Amino acid sequence: MNSRMLLMLAGAASALFPAIATAETQLTVYTAVEAVDLDRYKATFEKAHPDIKINWVRDSTGVMTAKLLAEKDNPQADVVWGLAATSLLLLKTEGMLEPYQPKGVEALDPKFVDQDTPPSWVGMDAYVAALCYNTVEGEKLGLKPPTSWKDLTNPEYKGHVVMPNPASSGTGFLDVSGWMQMWGDEKAWDFMDKLHQNISAYTHSGSKPCKMAGAGEAVIGVSFEFPGAKAKSAGAPIDIIFPAEGSGWEAEATAIIAGTANLEAAKTLVDWSVTKEANEMYNAGYAVVAYPGVAKQVEHLPDDIASRMIVNDFEWAANNRSDILKEWQKRYDAKSEPKS
Amino acid sequence: MNMVLEAPHLPPIGKRLRQEASRDDRIKLGFMAVIGLYLVVALGAPLFVMLSKSLSTYRFELSAFEFQVSDEAGANWGAIVNAADLNRQLEALTEAELPSSSDGRLAVTKFFPDFKFRSPVHYRIRGTTDDAAFLVGSALEKGTEWREYDSGTFRRVVLRPARTLGVENFTTYFATPALAQSIYNSVLMAVISTAFTISIAFALAYGLTRSCMPLKALFRGILAIPILVPSLLPGIALVYLFGNQGIFRDWLLGYSIYGPIGIVIGSIFFTLPHAFLIILTALSVADARHYEAAASLKASKWRTFTTVTVPGARFGIVSAAFVVFTLVITDFGLPKVIGGQYGMLAVDIYKQVIGQQNFEMGAVVSVILLVPAVLAFYVDRHMQKRQVALLSARAVPYQPKPNARMDGLCFAFACLVSLFILGMIAMCQIAAVVKFWPYDLTLTAKNFAFDLMDGGGWAAYGNSIRLALLTALFGSIVVFAGAYMVEKADGFRLGRGVFHFLAMMPMAVPGMVLGLAYIFFFNNPANPLHPIYGTMTILVVSTVTHFYTVAHLTALTALKQMDPEFESVAASLKQPFHRLFFRVTVPVCLPAILNIAIYLFVNAMTTVSAVVFLYSTDTKLASVAVLNMDDAGDIAPAAAMGMMIFYTNVAAKLVHALIARGLLARTQAWR
Repeated sequence: MNSRMLLMLAGAASALFPAIATAETQLTVYTAVEAVDLDRYKATFEKAHPDIKINWVRDSTGVMTAKLLAEKDNPQADVVWGLAATSLLLLKTEGMLEPYQPKGVEALDPKFVDQDTPPSWVGMDAYVAALCYNTVEGEKLGLKPPTSWKDLTNPEYKGHVVMPNPASSGTGFLDVSGWMQMWGDEKAWDFMDKLHQNISAYTHSGSKPCKMAGAGEAVIGVSFEFPGAKAKSAGAPIDIIFPAEGSGWEAEATAIIAGTANLEAAKTLVDWSVTKEANEMYNAGYAVVAYPGVAKQVEHLPDDIASRMIVNDFEWAANNRSDILKEWQKRYDAKSEPKS
Repeated sequence: MNMVLEAPHLPPIGKRLRQEASRDDRIKLGFMAVIGLYLVVALGAPLFVMLSKSLSTYRFELSAFEFQVSDEAGANWGAIVNAADLNRQLEALTEAELPSSSDGRLAVTKFFPDFKFRSPVHYRIRGTTDDAAFLVGSALEKGTEWREYDSGTFRRVVLRPARTLGVENFTTYFATPALAQSIYNSVLMAVISTAFTISIAFALAYGLTRSCMPLKALFRGILAIPILVPSLLPGIALVYLFGNQGIFRDWLLGYSIYGPIGIVIGSIFFTLPHAFLIILTALSVADARHYEAAASLKASKWRTFTTVTVPGARFGIVSAAFVVFTLVITDFGLPKVIGGQYGMLAVDIYKQVIGQQNFEMGAVVSVILLVPAVLAFYVDRHMQKRQVALLSARAVPYQPKPNARMDGLCFAFACLVSLFILGMIAMCQIAAVVKFWPYDLTLTAKNFAFDLMDGGGWAAYGNSIRLALLTALFGSIVVFAGAYMVEKADGFRLGRGVFHFLAMMPMAVPGMVLGLAYIFFFNNPANPLHPIYGTMTILVVSTVTHFYTVAHLTALTALKQMDPEFESVAASLKQPFHRLFFRVTVPVCLPAILNIAIYLFVNAMTTVSAVVFLYSTDTKLASVAVLNMDDAGDIAPAAAMGMMIFYTNVAAKLVHALIARGLLARTQAWR
């Protein structure tokens, strides 16, 4: 009797003890991932690691980057999970990221991993530049859908193209940096000079041009594939076109913020973020993910997007960003002011 | 100043009276210090931190870097050379190329004309100070230790600029045509919108107070609507109404809604209630004896209007104009949605801060935006000196007499404006329940399933209500007490002037600037107030501060209409000021206080710009959800959440009306 009691007590204690020892760790995770996906990401991760709880702080890429930089001297985030690699590179150059080699990172496509060892950020998935073309409005105006970037400079599209402003949108910048990497500076500026003649508006958000095309506010929206697929599912009469020359792209990535008080839990999260399971999870919305061989086709998108992505040098883009934007604003911001 | 006004009424100063007054004064001074301190901490200090950023510039300090180059074998090192000396020899960079931005990078290979990235030559680099920073690829290196790289890696080394103080940001700003053009655009838009809004608001307020038009209460309700919706909604409505697929796009005669036209129409929509509230307060207290005097002197309608009505409301009109002007010039939501390529200052801040993370340039634009506020402050002070209390202790309330033509005209105009407002709201309501505008117009309720969308779902909605209640409660107390100190306390001229200036500031501070300033100020571990960062408290503080000015002006307008004789009488009766305050001032001003409370409530429900930087996981807000959903392309759910905010605010308004009615019956019987 006594010994059984003891045994039960011991059992109860051992059942209780680990729970105390690994008391739940709370991680503050900054993200720009679509909110629809947040609960799913959180639930899937917490199922694998019940001892860690994710607290999301979500906003658009620009706001999140500004917030992180503003908090530089006293970071509030433990981990950034799902922010543009370009933004993370910016944080890295400020010394804000904790370099860490996640377990199993070797399995990822190297273009999705920071070049340094140990890497400061690891990729999750990609968003790829694409055109959203409103077929209904196009037909009304008697236009032909464009098939390449060069087509966009065709005078028949005058006033029908919207694109994100690279000075206020990361997507806009990936377009511009993509063109420059594909064609070289001179040809890219020449192209943009001509394109500028056809642009009706430069928007501040990267998904907005696609939304505008979807709602018929514009015929062609220079955007990326994700909002295109989403708008199409919602019933927008659009075609998603990947230009023949190839598409610039941006990786969504994960990083640990230097100085976090929860380093172990942060590492656990980053380890998990590169697993096959996590990549399958990303694939629900994103056609291209970092783990090779995982991606299944996403509704409304072609299955060969990965092959349309250009070779993107994030470092080159980050180091030349401020000069490119200066030139861009000089050429088009001033000119685009209306005559008053 | 009131000192001048009050002086003749003051009784001869006796010994005991003086004692009494000085104790009162000490209490008043204490109160003023407390509320003044609040404004300094919640506004002055964060802004100072933020604006000091406008003077922090970045520049490549070449003398802070030294190099050493090896021979072909990669073993023997040459002499140590300083980058500044190298530049002098090579003339690689001119003096004008050295100023940079926080994101500036300078490739070191510029200093080595015969650099080949495949050569066996090795390179060393070090800083001469601990702060000298450079990047190898994207990894940050700092300090005075030598670091050695092969030529392939050295190609990836870029220098980072050092932070200094200077005015270069301002010279850069004015040298950039697109940015400088924004000043002109913003002022033009603000002037045009103000002219329209004030005319419309005055006509409406006049109709409601001086005519016998029917349905006054209904029009008052409708005119308050725009203040009840987040600023993104008129943007969505205008696009749906007048955009390229808009129902009424032909009305614009081929002009695009994206640009000045959209900005002006939208600005009129969202500033109208603000102007209307202030002018109505100013017009609603009228002394019938003035009109009787005008009538007995056989003054014409027009003469009565220009010599009695307008001068009586002058202070209100000027305040309203100032409010509208600054609202338009500092708003970023509307021009962001509908402004197209028309550059505006507030959007420039957004572009600089959010788009390029260039806080310094954002701060420069903020400083430029503060200029109208400072100007308006002096105009306001100047006008105030001439303001005479209308509601003297002997005033008789004015009762309009029926006049068919006049009443009809006022009624028709009010109908027209109401149609405009209701049309915009109706469009949003349609947007909220339609499946996919404009191609699939089936009705659906799925847009209200917020838990499946961006932004925090229904929990965010609950947080917003909490924020609004707390803001209304604490805000009204702080604001009214502060306004009382400015208006009715005698003495401490300088203190009151500074206080009033601080109270006028928030109007001119774009919410985004305030939000960022809060991050810099409160998220500093050295700040004793740091613990409020990320809590509901900081949201309440920022919201009260953000909307301080209009509330302050409303309180001030109400207080101004109370004869300073009340104070003199109380003093001569040896009544302490707090007794007068609670027994006379508060009850008389109760309608204004309730207006302040509801104003703060609805604005807390709709505000986005400041709190977008300050909310945390546990304090997501409905208004931010609207922005996030719109950003994610969920325009219909965004409109739906916007309409939920609208319904909540309508409910709050109804509760407010009920309370006001009950209280007014008790406290305003004397009117």
